[in-house]
Amino acid sequence: MTAWKAEIQVTYKKSVLDPQGVAVEKALGALGYDHVEKVRIGKYMELLLHAESEEKARSQVEEMCQRLLTNPVIEDYEYRLQPVSLERGTGQTGS
Amino acid sequence: MKFGVIVFPGSNCDLDAFYMVKDVLNKPVEYLWHHEKTLRGSDCVILPGGFTYGDYLRPGAIASFSPIMTAVHAFAARGGLVLGICNGFQVLLESGLLPGALYRNIHLQFRCAWTHLSVENPHLPFTAHIPSGQVLKIPVAHGDGNYFCDPETLETLKKNNQIVFRYVTPEGNLDSRANPNGSLEAIAGICNARGNVLGMMPHPERAGESLLGSRDGQFIFQSILKHWGESS
Repeated sequence: MTAWKAEIQVTYKKSVLDPQGVAVEKALGALGYDHVEKVRIGKYMELLLHAESEEKARSQVEEMCQRLLTNPVIEDYEYRLQPVSLERGTGQTGS
Repeated sequence: MKFGVIVFPGSNCDLDAFYMVKDVLNKPVEYLWHHEKTLRGSDCVILPGGFTYGDYLRPGAIASFSPIMTAVHAFAARGGLVLGICNGFQVLLESGLLPGALYRNIHLQFRCAWTHLSVENPHLPFTAHIPSGQVLKIPVAHGDGNYFCDPETLETLKKNNQIVFRYVTPEGNLDSRANPNGSLEAIAGICNARGNVLGMMPHPERAGESLLGSRDGQFIFQSILKHWGESS
């Protein structure tokens, strides 16, 4: 059983106005960064899971994203998955 | 008629809802802990306001998987009356009992204020005894009350008369200044297609007595009682 590290990014769907993104964009403009647009604020989550294959790990991550980690009505997600070695039981991870 | 008020970790309007039923309406009510598996014979179950699980992840997201929600799903499927207020509304949306989502207020501020509501569907157990044309003065207190759904869902809501309350001016007119959170189409409350599950951001349980500034919340609770064939 391999351990996998999933790094998940959650943002509002393009069709959903992101009020935090709008506020931050205005603040950046006030600082002189008026060439910045389309600021979106999102969430970052990471987790370790154990699965026999990358395919199974992916299917679990997607299921968790759809059931709990994101709200599909307003949010989109992307994730990266990489195998990690769990050494000496320290919980330290490496790729 | 017996009411049940669900208590999740982080609920904080459970006492208000309990008080409204017991002390204002003089009807039987009991608390239902979120770990319970039944609604103990409740005829109407209230999911109260608050910050279940500290609003972690998203408001209502974690509470929607509480053990008692299985019983709420079954109760709703049998036609039982379910009323979700504020965070309770968020739990109903996250659990899929109502369509759409509530997210951050458009101005990013927590808004604690009186609002005025038009009754868009006066034919529900929750609204049938609100006088025709009555504008309800009921307070909101939330940071995530901005209702959103996709265009297809909005079309369905309109077709089935599932939009129950809208934010309006005291005179009953639509005006963006009367909308406290940027909700799509000024939506303040919706129901399921069958009309037995209602979610609303404003707090009717906080508007039960003149001392509190409005008794208009009583119209909703009186409708429920009369639907059940009782009066208080």
